[in-house]
Amino acid sequence: MMRRVVAKPEVCVGCHLCEIWCVVAHSTSKDVIKAFLYERDGNHPRITVEENLPETLAINCRHCDEPECMASCISGAIYKDEEGRVLHNPEKCVKCYSCVMSCPYGAIVISENGDIFKCDLCKDLEYPYCVRFCPNDALELVEDSEKGVLG
Amino acid sequence: MLEGEIHSHLLPDFIIERREDRCIRCRVCERQCGFNVHWYDEETDSMKEDEMKCVGCQRCVVMCPTKALIVKPYPGDYRANANWTKERILDLKKQAETGGVLLTGTGNDKPFRIYWDHIVLNASQVTNPSIDPLREPMELRTFLGRKPDKLEIEFNGDLDDVEIKTELSPNVMIETPIVFSAMSYGAISYQAFKALAMAANEYGTLFNTGEGGLPRELRKYGKNAIVQCASGRFGVDPEYLNCAAVIEIKIGQGAKPGIGGHLPGEKVTEPISITRMIPEGTDALSPAPQHDIYSIEDLSMLIYALKEATDYEKPVCVKIAAVHNAAAIASGMVRAGADIIALDGLRGGTGAAPKIIRDNVGIPIEMALASVDQRLREEGIRNKASILVAGGFRCSADIVKAIALGADAVYIGTAALVAMGCTLCQKCHTGICNWGICTQDPNLAKRLNPEIAKKRLVNLLRAWSLEIKEMLGGMGINAIESLRGNREHLRGVGLEDWELEVLGIKGAGE
Repeated sequence: MMRRVVAKPEVCVGCHLCEIWCVVAHSTSKDVIKAFLYERDGNHPRITVEENLPETLAINCRHCDEPECMASCISGAIYKDEEGRVLHNPEKCVKCYSCVMSCPYGAIVISENGDIFKCDLCKDLEYPYCVRFCPNDALELVEDSEKGVLG
Repeated sequence: MLEGEIHSHLLPDFIIERREDRCIRCRVCERQCGFNVHWYDEETDSMKEDEMKCVGCQRCVVMCPTKALIVKPYPGDYRANANWTKERILDLKKQAETGGVLLTGTGNDKPFRIYWDHIVLNASQVTNPSIDPLREPMELRTFLGRKPDKLEIEFNGDLDDVEIKTELSPNVMIETPIVFSAMSYGAISYQAFKALAMAANEYGTLFNTGEGGLPRELRKYGKNAIVQCASGRFGVDPEYLNCAAVIEIKIGQGAKPGIGGHLPGEKVTEPISITRMIPEGTDALSPAPQHDIYSIEDLSMLIYALKEATDYEKPVCVKIAAVHNAAAIASGMVRAGADIIALDGLRGGTGAAPKIIRDNVGIPIEMALASVDQRLREEGIRNKASILVAGGFRCSADIVKAIALGADAVYIGTAALVAMGCTLCQKCHTGICNWGICTQDPNLAKRLNPEIAKKRLVNLLRAWSLEIKEMLGGMGINAIESLRGNREHLRGVGLEDWELEVLGIKGAGE
């Protein structure tokens, strides 16, 4: 069963709270104030809200069945785990940004420090924080075993 | 000063406190404020605010992920003066600066006596048993429409084969005596309108289209709709009338008795123009009176025209604002053929009304309801029409008291909006609603997810219905029908003789 985060632009309010909570989810403390004001660890949101008002849409990794980013990764830093999640191993990453260029959705982001960040579906948490804290249910966690359901 | 401009003397309505030890500069407040109160200053890496623009809707406070914000009334005040209050002074200054009629939204916020708070309910003790609604059936089902003067039945041979001989008038069944008030698509967003329709459908009650028509794709909710035929006649066509459960002729509105409506052209977008059947971008003007109704006889003609158009299959409701002679007017309405009469009281809400009208015209719904019910009973015509009451119902106890005073069901408008997110900031008339309810700005309207709003509305209906059952059980009643008009279950506290007399209730201890 593959889990994916699906964005629903028709109810996205453009608040960017998914970005905020993504940082919290990947922080050491998992506390919103500490994560932003005290833990200066170069953390960066892995989800990006794109705006062209009134349209707003959260861009996030689709965890493709055949990921372009993985195919283009020259160092083997991007891999697919046994549950189907497309993950990024920073220790192997050489920051060539091939993945950034090859991702058809623009879902892989480069932080201010030049590091690569991508969605890991909050693998260490029970539930992805972006979905849990979206105030308008504009992000939904779907579990679908069907191939290519999201294109 | 620019030429023609007047330097403002107004004070801010609210003050914004930002707790710096909590602010993470995520700028959610800035993005969520439709009034552009908050902004980020790069130079000082801090959030700033323009308090003059703040309406106190609390959207930023709720959305702030660290709860760093406190929005509270501006504490600064003029020299204390019981006559010239801050509101009076500021309203006067606004008019001195603009030369216009002050507009506002929502219902009357002045401290008129709320009679619900001076009426207490009865409960069973010793001599009559109370009922536990969790163990025994409790009936809230309500039928709206004309009831027969007498019921003739015929037994065909044995007792199991019974036939009703009396011709019955159309009635509409609702699962709880709570109905959503008229709020038009145009006054509120499509999302809010759809949420009301979906919630009414799910719970088995009714919503009211207001006078903005019913979008074609929502006509599947027609069996839960009260469709309005108002002075502007917007969106009225045979299909609109025939898809509905009830047709309502709107004569007046509690928030603005005697006043028409005006939806500015900017709000008449393509989908609204299609639904209202008017050209895009034109002002949607609802005249103050219905220009074909200048008498009870005229009203009767429209009632029967609508009945004719719908094959006498639907109850026709006539809605008026509660005014001084409501009882006599209601009697005339029933005699004109109305199957339901709707009364909208002094505290009824609005999307836009002159403040001076909202705050000074009309009478409290408690008084109007009691006098109308009494008058119809005295004239022996109470069975000919159901009474729907509206205007400031805040909780389930208000509803129980209204039903005991004689109402068949209650309209909730403001309460439904609050359930969806409204915080009564009273800026409906600006077209900017940070909660996505009273706006046509697509960027703001999509803040209201109809699915979430529907859940909140259904929860409200469920919660209030459960509470109504608890109160009924306490009184030893197992059906709402047994409470209807049963004023013996009410007693007044802190009321004068004339008030008790109009309400038709005894004082506590009597």
